[in-house]
Amino acid sequence: MSLLSIRDLHATVGGNEILKGINLEIGPGEIHAVMGPNGSGKSTLSYVLAGREGYEVTRGTIAFKGKDLIDLAADERANEGVFLAFQYPVEVPGVVGMTFLREAYNAKLRYLGKQEIDAMEFLKFVRSRAKTLNMSDDMLKRAVNVGFSGGEKKRNEILQMAVLEPDLAILDETDSGLDIDALKLVSDGVNELRSENRSMLIITHYQRLLNYIQPDHVHVLAHGKIQRSGGKELALELEAKGYAEFSEEAA
Amino acid sequence: MSISEETVDQVKKLEADKYKYGFVTDIEMETAPKGLNEDIIRFISEKKEEPQWMLEWRLKAYKHWLTMEEPNWAKVGYKKIDYQDLYYYAAPKSMDRPKSLDEVDPELLKTYEKLGIPLKEQELLSGVVAVDAVFDSVSVATTYKAKLTEMGVIFCSISEAVREYPELVKKYLGSVVPHSDNYFSALNCAVFTDGSFVYVPKGLRCPMELSTYFRINAENTGQFERTMIIADEGSYVSYLEGCTAPQRDENQLHAAVVELVALTNAEIKYSTVQNWYPGDETGAGGIYNFVTKRGACRGDNSKISWTQVETGSAVTWKYPSCILQGDNSIGEFYSVAITNNAQQADTGTKMIHLGKNTKSTIISKGISAGRADNTYRGLVKIMPKAEGARNFTQCDSLLIGNTCGAHTVPYIETRNPTARVEHEATTSKISEDQMFYCQQRGLSPEEAVSLIVNGFCKEVMKELPMEFAVEAQKLIGISLEGSVG
Repeated sequence: MSLLSIRDLHATVGGNEILKGINLEIGPGEIHAVMGPNGSGKSTLSYVLAGREGYEVTRGTIAFKGKDLIDLAADERANEGVFLAFQYPVEVPGVVGMTFLREAYNAKLRYLGKQEIDAMEFLKFVRSRAKTLNMSDDMLKRAVNVGFSGGEKKRNEILQMAVLEPDLAILDETDSGLDIDALKLVSDGVNELRSENRSMLIITHYQRLLNYIQPDHVHVLAHGKIQRSGGKELALELEAKGYAEFSEEAA
Repeated sequence: MSISEETVDQVKKLEADKYKYGFVTDIEMETAPKGLNEDIIRFISEKKEEPQWMLEWRLKAYKHWLTMEEPNWAKVGYKKIDYQDLYYYAAPKSMDRPKSLDEVDPELLKTYEKLGIPLKEQELLSGVVAVDAVFDSVSVATTYKAKLTEMGVIFCSISEAVREYPELVKKYLGSVVPHSDNYFSALNCAVFTDGSFVYVPKGLRCPMELSTYFRINAENTGQFERTMIIADEGSYVSYLEGCTAPQRDENQLHAAVVELVALTNAEIKYSTVQNWYPGDETGAGGIYNFVTKRGACRGDNSKISWTQVETGSAVTWKYPSCILQGDNSIGEFYSVAITNNAQQADTGTKMIHLGKNTKSTIISKGISAGRADNTYRGLVKIMPKAEGARNFTQCDSLLIGNTCGAHTVPYIETRNPTARVEHEATTSKISEDQMFYCQQRGLSPEEAVSLIVNGFCKEVMKELPMEFAVEAQKLIGISLEGSVG
């Protein structure tokens, strides 16, 4: 059974239809990459899945672990196990990284009806995760994303993912704004989190990221629809040929 | 300490019991008749067993008050107060100065329990916080007094101080806030019924935080507290003030005066968490909080620091100030003011630089939600002799929703060319991006707001003593209940 099952998904933003009938099945442990030109609806898809306000589903279904996701609020979806690594991580001034992580972690525990975690135990847990991503304690003491470099912000996203242990991680252009070293570091962090019960949806323009994080499936999204699906070789083909053919197809 | 989880707990409790401190204690009150005149003042003075000079001081203030006009320059609006329709004296009956907690009315003790001040426990736990608990107008129980007395610290009710330490009181009372200062302080001078008095002797660093819990109980009784803290040369004291009030339909007037005096090398830290009943969603009921707080840094190298978290009251009019008289003296003002629903706050500070190389810091965080109005009003005044004076002011306003207001009214007057005055101000909204980011990490909208606002206030919150910090974090969440979604 699929972990995530998207059927005939239509969605509008500010009255404009951006997604025009998406179908996508993601099985447990699978890594899917969605590629496509600017304005194809890639980020909209990630926001629709995460339940951002203003992104309205007008038709179709999203089933996650057999549950209808559309009726759940963004925080409920998060606590069900949907994680979005943001393309532009948001600054939360004055809120220390460690506090933010603990609040988020405990929110999930509460949602699941579990006891909240002991502060010291949590500190140890986060430190062990941060180490893999080469993140210093100092970074956890700073306010969330405030004054972070592009690479630090992305690493911070992956750390949050590592701590919150989602069933589905959506990586929205995680490679944007990263130099080669940072890209490698972030990819290593993501690969570390690959497991047979964690699926990922990787949204990217470029094939580059997929050299580091090898997908099982690649989809091309253009004009609000998935135009083509294939294996990882499709990404290489796109790298060589560009997205031109998809704009023609639609035209 | 987890911020938002506790906040959510608190908010949940409130849903069942909107304002948990909105209960009324059933104790017989001994009350003076309604209205204000010389006889009422004589009655109060007599009840307090005051010496003649005190009565005369009150009467002088009263006569002056009669010549004054209620101020209207603040950006607040409220129903006109009928000063003849208020009670000016109410004291729980059958309270002939209890010597121990056993003598205290059990009803009263229950009230404190509901408020979360287990006096008995605190006494047993011996010596972290001394509480001079004020119930309406008469001090009920003063704990740790013996311990403090041993060290030479005087911590008692102001009425007791008038009787026991008349020389000290005469010397300092009204020396920072004179009876002619303003309308509400003049009224306070005439009718103040109780409050705390603290004297810390030379060279002593008071080892415990002193605190007072105020509580308005009798309906229609204006509260006119008067607090006075004197830190003698080279001493240090930290004082905490926390307020809760029961729910009422009619507005209640609270016109307190706080005077602080720091002598050479002395330091006073005064922290307030104010959560008087703010009125309901429509603005009905709630406390009018018209307070005059001022500190004088009289000696060289002295320091006064005000920290306030203002979440309650229907209308707040309050400007804790510092007169920096001694050379190198330091004044600080750290403020968080939250207004929600129909609340109005006009608050800020005055820093008056008189001495050389005096320094002041102002950090103000105003949060507005609902239909509330939140105004920062401040004055930084550098006098001609204040060579090398410095001020740094930072005023940040945060708006939640589209129907509230934030206003910043900073006045700067410098009469010395060597002065350096900096003013920074920002106004922002909780962004939709921030909300979504927090929610995507699993926080509910209420939890997200609480977390973001606590982050916004962090620079002020860290100035609070630990005991208060936790309560204040919870309060922030509670005060903003219903501001999102």
